Amino acid sequence: MKTIVGLEIHVQLATATKLFCGCSTDYRDDEPNTHCCPVCLGLPGALPRLNRKAVEYGLRVAKALDMKVPEESEFARKNYFYPDLPKAYQVTQYDKPLAVEGTVEIEDDEGHEKIVRITRVHLEEDPGRLVHVAGGSKYSLVDYNRSGIPLLEIVTEPDMRSPQEARRFLNKLRTILEYLGVFDGDREGSLRVDANISLEGSERVEVKNISSYKGVEKALTFEVTRQKNLLRRGQKVTRETRHFMEGRGITTSARGKEEEHDYRYFPEPDLRPLRVAGWVAEIDLPELPVARKNRFMAQYGISLNHARTLTGDLKLADFYEEVAHVDPALAATWVADTLLGELNYRNMGIAAVPAERFTELLALLRSKTITDAAGVQVLREMLDTCAAGKPCEPPAAIVDREGLARATESEFTEVVEKVIAANPQAVEDYRAGKNGALNYIVGQVMKETRGRADPRELGRIVAESIDTGGV
Amino acid sequence: MAGTFDFSPDDRCNAFITTCSTAPFTDGPLAGTAVAVKDNISTAGIQTTCGSRILEGYVPPYDAHVVELLRNAGAAIVGKTNMDEFGMGTTTETSAFGPTRNPVDPERVPGGSSGGSAAAVAAGFVPMALGTDTGGSIRCPAAFCGIVGLKPTYGRVSRYGLIAYANSLEQIGPMARTVEDASRLMSVIARYDPRDSTMLDKPYDHGPTADIAGLRIGVPEEYFGEGVDPRVAETVRDAIGVLEGLGAETVPVSIPGMRHALAAYYVICTSEASSNLARFDGVRYGPAVDTRKTWHEAYQDLRQELFGTEVRRRIMLGTFALSAGYAGRYYAKAQVARRNIREDFERAFRDADIIAGPTMPTVAFRLGEKSDPLSMYLSDILTVPANLAGIPAISVPCGRVDGLPVGLQLMGRQFEDERVVDAAFAYEQEVRA
Amino acid sequence: MITERDIEHIAELADIGISKDEVPEFTTQFNAILDYFEVLDTVVGEGAPAAGITNVFREDEPRPCLSQEAALANAGSTENGFIKAPRVM
Repeated sequence: MKTIVGLEIHVQLATATKLFCGCSTDYRDDEPNTHCCPVCLGLPGALPRLNRKAVEYGLRVAKALDMKVPEESEFARKNYFYPDLPKAYQVTQYDKPLAVEGTVEIEDDEGHEKIVRITRVHLEEDPGRLVHVAGGSKYSLVDYNRSGIPLLEIVTEPDMRSPQEARRFLNKLRTILEYLGVFDGDREGSLRVDANISLEGSERVEVKNISSYKGVEKALTFEVTRQKNLLRRGQKVTRETRHFMEGRGITTSARGKEEEHDYRYFPEPDLRPLRVAGWVAEIDLPELPVARKNRFMAQYGISLNHARTLTGDLKLADFYEEVAHVDPALAATWVADTLLGELNYRNMGIAAVPAERFTELLALLRSKTITDAAGVQVLREMLDTCAAGKPCEPPAAIVDREGLARATESEFTEVVEKVIAANPQAVEDYRAGKNGALNYIVGQVMKETRGRADPRELGRIVAESIDTGGV
Repeated sequence: MAGTFDFSPDDRCNAFITTCSTAPFTDGPLAGTAVAVKDNISTAGIQTTCGSRILEGYVPPYDAHVVELLRNAGAAIVGKTNMDEFGMGTTTETSAFGPTRNPVDPERVPGGSSGGSAAAVAAGFVPMALGTDTGGSIRCPAAFCGIVGLKPTYGRVSRYGLIAYANSLEQIGPMARTVEDASRLMSVIARYDPRDSTMLDKPYDHGPTADIAGLRIGVPEEYFGEGVDPRVAETVRDAIGVLEGLGAETVPVSIPGMRHALAAYYVICTSEASSNLARFDGVRYGPAVDTRKTWHEAYQDLRQELFGTEVRRRIMLGTFALSAGYAGRYYAKAQVARRNIREDFERAFRDADIIAGPTMPTVAFRLGEKSDPLSMYLSDILTVPANLAGIPAISVPCGRVDGLPVGLQLMGRQFEDERVVDAAFAYEQEVRA
Repeated sequence: MITERDIEHIAELADIGISKDEVPEFTTQFNAILDYFEVLDTVVGEGAPAAGITNVFREDEPRPCLSQEAALANAGSTENGFIKAPRVM
C-alpha cells in the first residue's frame, strides 16, 4: 500500500523587520507586546507597507527551486476569526502567488535521487502567539510580537512516499534556505509544517501544527500506522484535519467547526499588486548545497559521504572551510565524524565551537604531538567549557595541564614491560596464536598511558617485546 | 501665533460626538482655524468611535496622516463629528450616539454619513471640517445641508488612520461653506504619505480660479432619469446653464454602466466591510470582551450587542457576497461592473472635461423617512459612480427646492481635482455676485 | 431565494450574533436586496479593473515600536504584559 505525502511548509524569513511594518523581528527574548505598532496590532486605520526584502527573499527561493515567477502576483485577505489574528484576516497570497512550479532533489528510501515537485511559494504574515494558561483558566493570553513576521509558505506536490522521505525533503529544503541566507533554522518556531498524508486509494488526512523536523517524521509515522490499522480492521479513513500533539507523538481529530472554514478570500485593497518577474534575472544565487558538495570533493579531495555531511548544514560547511587548511582530509574526519558526534551528544550547535581553537587541535593532531585518543579527550574538554559558557582554553594548554602529550618511546617501553609482566596468561594466549590477546595487552598499555600512545605503534612494540622474549 | 481655541458650541443638532473645549493650535496656514474631524479619523489622545458603541472609549495612540497635517498647519481640532455607524448610511441616523439634525430644518436628516461634519459647518460651529466619502458620504450631506464637499481622486489623500469601511472606494475630503475654504483645506491634507500604498505623490496646491471659458461639461442622461426628483433635476440644469453663461459648453455623454453601479457598489463595500469590521473583538481595544465565555460565543455576543442593525446587515451581506459558491456571482461580477463604469467615464472624459449632474436625487429626507434599507441604498445612485471610478467629485450648493438645499455635482478626470474645484468656484462666485 | 435558515447560516459564517426575532425581517430585507443585485447577472465582460500602480515597497529598516504600555493601553484586560482573550475551545 503506497504512502502518499505532500507538505505545506511555513518558514519565517530572516528579514530585520516585519512583512508590513517596521517592527523588529528579533523578539524572542523580549517581553510580550513590545515589538508592536498600530499596523501589526491591527489598530483601526493602520495600513500595511510591504517589505521589499521579503519579496527579494521569496524570489531568491523561487530561483533556487527553479520556479516560474508569474508576471503579476497579488496579496489577498484570508478571513477567519481567532484571537491571535489581530485584523481577523491574514494577509497572504491566494490565486496569484509569488512563484509556481519548482523542484527539489532528494534521495528516496533506496538511496536513489528523486525529484519532489514544488507547487507554489507565497508570502504571508505570521499571526500572534497564544499562551494557554495552565490550571483550567477560561481565557488565553495573547502576545503580538510574532504578529506580522514574514512567512514564506512552500507547497509541494504529493511526491513523497514515506515519512523518512518527508524528513529528508525538509532537511534538504532547510539547507537550501539557509544557504540562500533567507532563513535561520535555529530560531525557535521558525518552521511549521502541515502534512497531507494518504494511503493509496484512501481518503487524505491533513495533519496540522507540526513545529519541528523530527515531528514531521513522527507525526507521519503515527498516521501511517493509524490509517493502516483502520483499513486492516475493515474501517475507512475519514477525510479530516488532525492536530499533532508533539509531546505525546500522536495526532488527534480537529473537530467539525474548523473544517467548515470558508475563508472568503479577496484581493487586499490596501496593497498594490507585484510585478517582479523581471527581478529574477538580477538575482545572484550563492553556491547551493549540491554545488558545494561537488566542490568539496574536488577541492579538498574528501569522500562523497564526508562532503555530503559537511555541506548538509550551512554553518557546518562554513566551519569546515575555516579549518580545512590544516589538512583537508584530517579536518573532514575530525569535523564530520568526531566533532559532529560529540556535538550531538551534548545537544550543541556548531556555532558554539571557536574555529580557531579547533584549528589548533587539528595542528596538534597533524604534528602528532597528541594521539587521536588524546585528541578526543582534549576536544571533550573544550566542548564542555564551551557548553558551560566559558571561554575555550587553547588545546595546547589542555594538553600541558592534563599531561596528554604523546608518550616517548622510552616511556612506553617501560609500561609495556610492566604490563607484560603482570599478564602472563595473555602472553601465553598470544603465543598460542590468539590475536585477541595482543589487543588486550595493548588496551592495558593504553589505559596506563591514558591514550598518549598510538595504538598501532604500541601493537608493534608489544609484539616485538614478546617475540624477542624480552621478558 | 499659537494658542488654544475655546470651543463650546450650542450643539442642538447633535453634530459632535466629542468636543474639545480648549483646542491647542500652532502657527501655520490654518493657524487658529477651528476644524472638525469626522469620528472615523484617528486622533491621538481623542476618543475615536466611528459612531459605534464597539469603539466607545477607544483612544488612538496615533494621529491619522491628515490629522498630523492639520495640526502642523496650525488648525485647532475642536471635535469629532457624528456619523452613520462606520459610515454605513445616508442620513447619520445609524449613529450609536443618536441622529444629527439638519441645521436647515431640524426635522430633516443632514445626509450621511458625514452628517455631523456637514451640520457643524452649516450651523456655523466651524468654517471647515473633514469628512470621508465611500459612496457619497461627503457630497450627500454637503448637498443636504447646503455646503461644499469634495471627494478627492482615489489616492490623492492618505487613508492612514482612517478607520476602514471600504478601502478601495473611500477617501478623506474637505467640507466647508465656500469652495475657497474647501480648497484651502484640501491643500493642507493632500500631501504624500508613504504609509498609504494606494496613494500617488500628487499634492494639491491650488488656489481656485473662476475662468472656465471653453470648459466642456458632459451631461449624462443617466443623472437625470428615473428616481430623480424633477424639481431637483431642473434646479441642477439651471445651474449648468449658469456655467454655460460663463463660457462653458455642454456635451451629451453617457455612462451606460450606471445601471450596474449601485449593485456593484453595495457588493464591493459590504464585502470589504465584512472583512474590515471583523477585527473589533474587544480584545486589543473597545469595550472589553467577556473572557469567561468561549471565543466564538463571546465574539458573537459582543458583535450583536455593540454593532447596530445596519452594520450587522451589511457585514452579513458582504460575508454572503464573498462566500464560497456566491463570490463569482456577486463579488467577481461587481468587479467587472466596476471596470466597465471606469471605462465609461474614461470614454466620456474624451468628449468632456468635467461631468455635471445632481449630487442627490432628492432633497433631505425627513428623520425616519427611509426605514427600508434598499430604498435608502437607492438614494446613493448618483454618488457611487465617482467612487467606483476613483474620480474627483464636488458638491456645491445650487439652489433650493421646498426651501431645502440642492447640490450640483461636478466630476472630473482622475487627479484633476483642481478642475472640478475651479468649476465649482466659478459657479459659486457667479451666483453669489 | 434566501430562507430564514440561510440567514442563520450567514450570521454563523459572519460570526455575528442574531436574535430569533430578527431573522424574519433580515430574511425579507435580504431577499429584496438580492433581487436588486440580480442586475449584476447582466454584466458583460470579465476581469477586475487594471492594476494601475504596482510594486510599492518599504525598505527593511527597523522603526520604533509602541511601548508595551501604549500597546496595552486600550486592551480590556491584561496580565503580565499579555492581553487576555476568551479561550478558543
